[in-house]
Amino acid sequence: MKPNPTASSASPHAIEFRDVRFSIGEHRLVDGLTLAIRRGETLVLLGRSGSGKTTTLKLINRLLEPGAGVVSVEGRSTADWDPIRLRRSIGYVIQEVGLFPHFSVERNIGLVPSIEGWPRAKVQERVRTLLRLVGLDPALAARFPAELSGGQRQRVGVARALAADPPILLMDEPFGALDPITRAELQREFRELQAKIGKTVVFVTHDLSEALLLASRIGLFEDGRLAGLYTPEEFQRTSDATCAEYRKAFRAVLPLAPAAP
Amino acid sequence: MGLIHYFLSNRTEILELTLEHLWLVGVSMLLAVLAGVPTGILLARRPRLEKPVLAGANIVETIPSLALFGLLLPVPWLGARADRLAILALALYALLPIIRNTYAGITGVDPAVVEAGRGMGLTDRQLLLQVQLPLALSVILAGVRVATVISIGVATIAAAIGAGGLGEFIFRGLAMVNNNLILAGAIPAAFLALAADLVFGIAEHKLRPRTSAR
Repeated sequence: MKPNPTASSASPHAIEFRDVRFSIGEHRLVDGLTLAIRRGETLVLLGRSGSGKTTTLKLINRLLEPGAGVVSVEGRSTADWDPIRLRRSIGYVIQEVGLFPHFSVERNIGLVPSIEGWPRAKVQERVRTLLRLVGLDPALAARFPAELSGGQRQRVGVARALAADPPILLMDEPFGALDPITRAELQREFRELQAKIGKTVVFVTHDLSEALLLASRIGLFEDGRLAGLYTPEEFQRTSDATCAEYRKAFRAVLPLAPAAP
Repeated sequence: MGLIHYFLSNRTEILELTLEHLWLVGVSMLLAVLAGVPTGILLARRPRLEKPVLAGANIVETIPSLALFGLLLPVPWLGARADRLAILALALYALLPIIRNTYAGITGVDPAVVEAGRGMGLTDRQLLLQVQLPLALSVILAGVRVATVISIGVATIAAAIGAGGLGEFIFRGLAMVNNNLILAGAIPAAFLALAADLVFGIAEHKLRPRTSAR
């Protein structure tokens, strides 16, 4: 019982993990994770498939609950949040997008604001603003997901996640299923968008070039553990073996920074 | 042929029994939907219940219809009126396809869509009513369609316990070795089944969620 209404905004971190564990049976998917995510940063979780990145993401919006340890959002343990309120204050974008196939683009984007009781006109206005923000023609509002290209669908996915203006955005390999050209386009646009909106973004990928392009910090994941936290510059220079392995794997296809020692 | 003449001269009774038949099937289907759809939804949420419940519905399905009517006969309130009993038996038969299709329809919704819905903070109820049920509706209707068509056939047997319906003609015809009588029951029953199939087919198509603006 602490009468401290400013506690949440006073916390310097948007999201915090304290010795968090998550297992399914004997298998430890996240093992002793301690991590603080700053407000307004873009933290990219980089790692192989199965290294615990997606699990970590789902622990933030309580799609999964930690077996041990505490995950806090805005200074409050997710266990103390009403999960519905928590999720509505966190945008969530996944690789498969998951647009509602029976809703128009407008209803897809406007669903949460409508449920939250926004007046219709305001929802419509918001949908148009968001479509423009993600680089789509507002005329697409009447279309259905099946009538959009993959890139357009993912843009709508991002617009939907931003609909209720959540301070936090979780993105799970959002551009993974797109063709390389569309992917590059969306990555670039997302970088500009992030500079404009300044959300706290947690972004999961296994693509090093994507991580280097978007991250303010890169969290390297290995076997359910955080193997290191680097700025993109540090990541390219560190002598850490795993980072070096990543650079080597990607240097074959992409000219990254000058060869590290 | 004497058949047409026979139908014309007995049209009032044929119509009466057809309506009675429809009533038996209609009420039992209504009960089956009211019980089966929520059960299917429950199974989709509690996967642990899926096997035992479907096994139970499967067992009911394997009881020969005549035996099921007979088995229910000694049940106090139920056995007092043949039509009550027939309706319950028909409803029990209809449960399996309805439960199974509801379950299949809901669990068949793209997991990414459900995850996105959950992730954006829809409550279970909102997810069910706005997303899962609309997307599963045509599959659920397909189950109701199968159940109805089967039920129209099985309902002819209800006459054996005195519940009426078009089976009256069939049993009477069998006893009297009168083909015209048998056909007076069988032909309208066949048409009812075809009509039900057609109507539900159209409904299934119309209620398939719209996924394009054109």
